[in-house]
Amino acid sequence: MDGVVNSDSVRASTWVMAAGTAVEAVTMATAEDTAAQEFARVVERHRPQIFRFLLSSTRDVDLAETLTQECFLKAHRNWASFRGESSAMTWLMRIAINLQKDHWRNRRMQFWRTTRTNSVDLDEASEWLPSGESSVEQHLLAKERVKQVWKAVKGLSERQRTVFLLRYVEEQELSEIAAATGLSEGTVKAHLSRAVARVRSELGGKR
Amino acid sequence: MSGTEKRENKTDGLNEQGETRAVDAEDVELEQALQDFKLSVHAWSDAAYGRPRTIAHEVRRRSWRLAVGWALGCVLVAGSVSGGLLERQHQLELKRIAQQRAAEQQKQLQEQQARAKISDEVLLADVDSDVSRQVPSAMEPLAQMMLEDETK
Repeated sequence: MDGVVNSDSVRASTWVMAAGTAVEAVTMATAEDTAAQEFARVVERHRPQIFRFLLSSTRDVDLAETLTQECFLKAHRNWASFRGESSAMTWLMRIAINLQKDHWRNRRMQFWRTTRTNSVDLDEASEWLPSGESSVEQHLLAKERVKQVWKAVKGLSERQRTVFLLRYVEEQELSEIAAATGLSEGTVKAHLSRAVARVRSELGGKR
Repeated sequence: MSGTEKRENKTDGLNEQGETRAVDAEDVELEQALQDFKLSVHAWSDAAYGRPRTIAHEVRRRSWRLAVGWALGCVLVAGSVSGGLLERQHQLELKRIAQQRAAEQQKQLQEQQARAKISDEVLLADVDSDVSRQVPSAMEPLAQMMLEDETK
């Protein structure tokens, strides 16, 4: 009698354990699916912005595409460790900034491997203007202004350029820039002030 | 306040207004430039983001460049290694020649010394033989006299 009871109870407990494992597996699969969907949404939402930042930083379309891919690959690998302390955009921007830094560092180290840069020159970069309703003269003036800003941006240090582009192209808040760059807000302000002074002097020098 | 002071104050005011206007104009121009810059980057990014990719061409070009780089690197390495080996071989050859010369010189010196020794010995022997032949004849009269005394 005891033996029957025991075998029944064992069978029952086995069934419960199996059911529990199955539920866990289903839960895990669902969680993974949810995370994947969430990450896909993040990619869809932020990819153009990350690409734009990298493009303006490097002036190289191919390099910007490569670094964008690397950025999202790295983000995908570390998605589980993203705790949401900052926004996903800030987190991604931080990865992009680090990748860009690594790229320039490697490039300096391996100057003998890639001697040529694919960055477009300032004239070509200034060609892009939205086709508005402005006159030809206004369009030319705008093009000239954009060229002057590019010239100033080219002369900025790496940090100043990053801060400047995040503020005036990506229109990020100072706190967001500080979080993305790992600098204090005061340092961000100082870099921004120097960058703007440089742009101002470039524009003033032209007049 | 005199008329002159009033005029000066008025002029200062105008200057300040002028400077403020200039600063305002600069700010407006800066804002406009930054706005244009932002729009330009956005337009460029939008166009580049949606462009068709040319990965195959890029890969080929990069691989070609990589191959040329490797080839040049190999040539450089081979050149430097063979240059080093040749230099080492040259040094060894020079060393061997120097050793050979030193050995030859040593040998010549030894031969000269041996020859000099032999010639000295020959000379002494000659002198001895000459002396041994001459002394008896030189001593002949004395010997004769001694012989005569003995007979007496």
